[in-house]
Amino acid sequence: MSIRIYVPKDAAVRSIGADYVALAIEAESAKRGISIDIVRNGTRGALWLEPMVEVETREGRVAYGPVTVSDVDSLFDASFHMGGQHKLSLGLTEDIPWLARQDRVTFARVGVIDPLSLADYQEHGGLVGLRRALTLEQEEIVTEVTQSGLRGRGGAGFPAGIKWRTVMATQSDQKFICCNADEGDSGTFADRMLMEGDPFTLLEGMTIAGLAVGASEGVVYIRSEYPAAYATLNQAIEFARAFGWLGDNVLGSGRAFDIRTRLGGGSYVCGEETAMLESIEGKRGVVRSKPPLPAIFGLFGKPTVINNVLTLATVPAILADGADAYMARGVGRSVGTQVFQLGGNIARGGIVETAFGVTLEELVNDYGSGTLSGLPVRAVQVGGPLGAYLPVSSLNVSMDYESLLAAGGMLGHGGVVVFDESVDMAQQAKFAMEFCAVESCGKCTPCRLGSTRGAETILKIMNGEDVQDNKKLLLDLCEVMTDGSLCAMGGLTPLPVRSAMLHFSEDFDRRARA
Amino acid sequence: MTLLIEPDYGTPAGKSQDIVEIEIDGVSVSIPSDTSIMRASALAGISIPKLCATDSLNAFGSCRLCVVEIDGRNGTPSSCTTPVSDGMKISTKSERLDRIRQGVMELYMSDHPEKCAAGDECEMHGMAKTVGLKEVRYEGQSHLDLPKDETNPYFTFDSTECIVCNRCVRACDEVQGTFALTIENRGFESRVSSSGTSFIESECVSCGACVQACPTGALTEKTLYTIGTPTRSVITTCAYCGVGCSFKAEMRGDELVRMVPYKQGGANEGHSCVKGRFAWGYATHADRITTPMIREKVTDPWKAVSWEHAIEYSSTKLKAIQSQYGIDSIGGITSSRCTNEEVFVVQKMIRAAFGNNNVDTCARVCHSPTGYGLSQTFGTSAGTQDFESVEHSDVVLLIGANPTAAHPVFASRLKQALRKGTKLIVVDPRQIELVRTPHIEATYHLQLLPGTNVAIINAMAHVIAEEGLIDREFVNARCDLDSFARWEEFISLPENSPEALEALTRVPAEDVRKAARLYATVPNAAIYYGLGVTEHSQGSTMVMGIANLAMATGNIGRKGVGVNPLRGQNNVQGSCDMGSFPHELPGYRHISNPKTREIFEIQWKTVLNAKPGMRIPNMFDSAISNEFKGIYIQGEDIAQSDPNISHVHAALRSMELVIVQDLFLNETSKFAHVFLPGTSFLEKDGTFTNAERRINRVRPVMASKTGKSEWEVTCDLATAMGYEMGYENSSQIMDEIAATTPTFSGVSFAKLDELGSIQWPCNAEHPEGTPVMHVDHFVRGEGRFMVTPYVPTDEKATRKFPLLLTTGRILSQYNVGAQTRRTANVVWHSEDILDIHESDAELRGIEDGSWVKLSSRVGETIMKARITDQVPAGVVYTTFHFPESGANVITTDFSDWATNCPEYKVTAVDIAPSIKGPQGIREHVSLGDVELESIIRMANQIAANVPTNTAPEHAVAHHIEQFWTPYMQERLMKEVDRAALSPIVIKALELDLNHVPS
Repeated sequence: MSIRIYVPKDAAVRSIGADYVALAIEAESAKRGISIDIVRNGTRGALWLEPMVEVETREGRVAYGPVTVSDVDSLFDASFHMGGQHKLSLGLTEDIPWLARQDRVTFARVGVIDPLSLADYQEHGGLVGLRRALTLEQEEIVTEVTQSGLRGRGGAGFPAGIKWRTVMATQSDQKFICCNADEGDSGTFADRMLMEGDPFTLLEGMTIAGLAVGASEGVVYIRSEYPAAYATLNQAIEFARAFGWLGDNVLGSGRAFDIRTRLGGGSYVCGEETAMLESIEGKRGVVRSKPPLPAIFGLFGKPTVINNVLTLATVPAILADGADAYMARGVGRSVGTQVFQLGGNIARGGIVETAFGVTLEELVNDYGSGTLSGLPVRAVQVGGPLGAYLPVSSLNVSMDYESLLAAGGMLGHGGVVVFDESVDMAQQAKFAMEFCAVESCGKCTPCRLGSTRGAETILKIMNGEDVQDNKKLLLDLCEVMTDGSLCAMGGLTPLPVRSAMLHFSEDFDRRARA
Repeated sequence: MTLLIEPDYGTPAGKSQDIVEIEIDGVSVSIPSDTSIMRASALAGISIPKLCATDSLNAFGSCRLCVVEIDGRNGTPSSCTTPVSDGMKISTKSERLDRIRQGVMELYMSDHPEKCAAGDECEMHGMAKTVGLKEVRYEGQSHLDLPKDETNPYFTFDSTECIVCNRCVRACDEVQGTFALTIENRGFESRVSSSGTSFIESECVSCGACVQACPTGALTEKTLYTIGTPTRSVITTCAYCGVGCSFKAEMRGDELVRMVPYKQGGANEGHSCVKGRFAWGYATHADRITTPMIREKVTDPWKAVSWEHAIEYSSTKLKAIQSQYGIDSIGGITSSRCTNEEVFVVQKMIRAAFGNNNVDTCARVCHSPTGYGLSQTFGTSAGTQDFESVEHSDVVLLIGANPTAAHPVFASRLKQALRKGTKLIVVDPRQIELVRTPHIEATYHLQLLPGTNVAIINAMAHVIAEEGLIDREFVNARCDLDSFARWEEFISLPENSPEALEALTRVPAEDVRKAARLYATVPNAAIYYGLGVTEHSQGSTMVMGIANLAMATGNIGRKGVGVNPLRGQNNVQGSCDMGSFPHELPGYRHISNPKTREIFEIQWKTVLNAKPGMRIPNMFDSAISNEFKGIYIQGEDIAQSDPNISHVHAALRSMELVIVQDLFLNETSKFAHVFLPGTSFLEKDGTFTNAERRINRVRPVMASKTGKSEWEVTCDLATAMGYEMGYENSSQIMDEIAATTPTFSGVSFAKLDELGSIQWPCNAEHPEGTPVMHVDHFVRGEGRFMVTPYVPTDEKATRKFPLLLTTGRILSQYNVGAQTRRTANVVWHSEDILDIHESDAELRGIEDGSWVKLSSRVGETIMKARITDQVPAGVVYTTFHFPESGANVITTDFSDWATNCPEYKVTAVDIAPSIKGPQGIREHVSLGDVELESIIRMANQIAANVPTNTAPEHAVAHHIEQFWTPYMQERLMKEVDRAALSPIVIKALELDLNHVPS
């Protein structure tokens, strides 16, 4: 029997040579006459250990990493294919403390299974949730999801069950499930890793959503910068159709549900749910006014569930294990787990899925081991480019929706980006405005004009021009953008700006003093 | 009157029945639950600042000026996009809201000119003041150096003033439905764009909706700069097509600055097209003739004379002709471009002063079959619906009409309905725009061969009968059951099946079946049709076939259904209503009816001739036979617009006195001896009646350039002829119409001013008019089914003339082009073009854009070819807007069997490349006794088509008696060789024509 060796195919890992490592292992095994079977799994998410090669042994999967092509020869010499010791040995994968400490629900299978093997998927608990959902009434599914406390992981944190209930209750000849996979926040990558590493979970979640609300069609809107995820997902959809899961007769139930993918329009704002609908409809990705809510008047004017990848990918576990198991985790109204993504200037970046309530300190310093540069941490931006910059004094904040809000921040999509003390926070504030200026859909005035004016005004502050007046003007502008913008893009852009001005005011007065 | 500023409530009216109570700034308001806070506030007299909202467009929520605070809700939602809900308490004013509004305006003004070229036309500086903005603190990049787009002849796009509110883009989408405009780029670089090219090169149809929607000076009529800001408005009615749009003529002194569509206009509700909105410059064109002119011979130069002299000259000549050639030797033609009042006095002059019934109208050549066909079946000569009705239709069956070109404002309404889910069936030889255009696709396009209309409508009816889709409940309750039984038997004959007719129509039988099922099975299906139905040898038969289909499926008498002719000219409905036909007095009452005559005889203090007069083609034939010698032509260029032009020219040359009343010298005036200058619609005081039977006021915005109203001239001529005629004003004429015509009895200028417009019938039963007709019963009592056998036209493709020519109109030009050719509209269309399919072109070695010679059995002309797939192989198409191209040199004098409406839509032609170009076009001269030939052809055609199962000779005799002059009847009986007549005609002649039971 051949030996099973896992080399991740995740795009992030491929970017640091995983494909070459896999080729080298294959070539070396052939040379040595060792029969192996390479599985291209997703990533376990410990990016600082990637490329992490795993070997299946009688004791379990044994990990080596980070592996480069030049290590392959010595790995064979060390009989790594038998689990042999090597300087890159990490021991049993599940015992790696960084991973062992986590509580993986949504990401339970990512990195573990062959992403496109339905057999592997089912061996690891796949389709249990869907099979259960098929035995339930629509109402029961929605109730299960509502009771689990699952909230939208895209950033808004709106209870998924309530949204589903609205769509379920709205009469229509056609309804849609739209998965928002336009993961555009800087420092976030969980959606992509899940779609590359465990695409069937997303399809299962969408199918359950379809059964729950009475929709027969799902659309995954996936950003154009994710060609690998797009290809993997499309392949998964094909396999699911061939398997009799997607299509006119879901697992023989007589009920219909199918999914298609739609490549994004290449604009950040297309991740805003209504702009995404416009884009799917083939129009410019421009934000719609709400009301009407998409749950009532969504894609092509039909009732539509719009959920993020992580939200939908969590649903199978809730159906499989029950609402109670899920809501036993977390704190307060933030129940269950959150898939945090550690990035920026951090020593040990990657995916940390854990129950809500972990502190930012634990994420940055324990999991992350501080900055990669080794300089002290100065600021952490949580929740993407529109999230607040938190100072070191705020690191003890509990990572849940409510606590972050109280701390002047927001959880967003769970991105955590670390900056060391070399950062210029005025420059970061300016970047927030510039990002908005580049990505604004251009519909509402505060965002369309305000972002450019904001960047110009911060530049004046940085140059020491009428600093006090311009700071006042900038704060006035932030109010107009916050209160006046049509969507969260313009409405939240002031968040990083104001937080930078509040916590790092010295960076805005530098020139004035000089 | 001062400048009329129409209120703008910001968002469209709510339609919900659910009324909620809300409180805005402490004021209680009851309002439909689907109303926006903005509109509710405006209705309560509370004005909320806004820039991106206007009540002709759906709420958009982009400017963020209209933010409000709602008790119990977070944030500051935009009032335009937030609907009211019961118990809602709203504050529209607070310091916080002031700060947001000032902040937004500060941003706007940081990228806006300090001084706007368009002055107060741009709302920005005024709005800055309104929200209390004191200074603009920002400095930075701007768009103030962008170039202007002046390529459109009528308006300018100045991007420097643009605030990217999207109102223009949305108007192009939601009002016009063309999608010519978009926003390019995003963020700060978002700019309005005519889709990446200049306005003139874009898809823009120049309807003006964007200009009207623009709150700034970014999109502005050029006249606003050249003439100045308007100071007063006059509400009036467009004088182009039969849609009858209401406009505000905005004036500066006596100069017209712009025509702005009027939101309260019943037909257009604030929309317009390139013609009505912009192409009015002809009214003051240098070519206008404003002085009467006369000449002895048509080869003499014109001599300007006084009005008195011109009237004296004309009346003396007319009287001399009558004394020499008889009372019937003169006649007149009324114009569908003139007001009801002007038309009424012309027909009155002919009947009372000329003493005969030789009056006809240009409707003869367009919708006369509609009048005949709908009278026979429903009992009235008009469409059944208002335009708004189409918004309630589940299916629209569009036959032989191209609304996006010919009735653009109705087309926009139709497009919006189609986008909301109404399904469309198109019956047309051409692939008209509505077959497939952005966001619209016809469910079925039955692309039939020209001339096979009746076959198609019969096939559809056959399917409905065969497949049990007849609405028997409706038929039993509302229709004449004998006629129905006869019709059902006829229509069920196998020869009427789609399969049997497929070879003739070229439409796959299965498509006909599917289309018929779709039409018959939805709750509300409506038929709209145009001249593609009427201008055929079986035009009247087709109209009756349409009426049959509507009755059989119960699609009559409520919103969303009906039979709707799209009338070509502004007042073609009115000119017909006003008694312009030789056999009918106003209100479609036959001249032979003594009771009707008595009403007019008393009113007019004269005795009327009981016999029908001559139709236009009869007048021509008779002129060539030297019997008809003098004609008064009110505003119609028959020498360009009528078929077989050589024949028309010959007829005009034969006359001793041709009087033309028109704005410009035209093709007809080349044959005239008297030219009486007419008035443009901007000078007229009266009414037009549109295709919905809507009587709209036409108000003078400037003094008559000739010093007289047209009706005054007509009255002067009648008086000079010896019949005293005169009115103090046109209101008195309408009073006379009301006094003599039951369907108009409730109409007066005072009531029109009060109600805005009235759809006739307007009488004691319907004091405010009738939007939908035949609601409880048909006007004639029971709806009558007519048997409609398909009789192929004699105009057939042959080896010599293998192609079929069909003609039509395009968007920017109008009919003979007398007006539109004298406007900047020529930038879009400066010559008539022959559309030809690639395969036909290839066969003949014709290249795109090359000169081709087009010939039929009656004439030839030369024009440029365009290779297109809008026409199928075997069919070619052109317009007739330019005299140089002379499309009507080619068309024949074949006509509808019942009404003599010309068969413009089918002419067998051939086409060959022409190296020489537009030189040396030969004129064909008619030879022989053309009048007698016409009489024979018409009689045989009636016999072939008259819809009856029993004793067809009675029907033929009756038809001839109803519509032919005594002189024609006499020639038929006495001079025609019987061998040339069909057996039914011969049998009919054996009956006593004067005593046939009808």
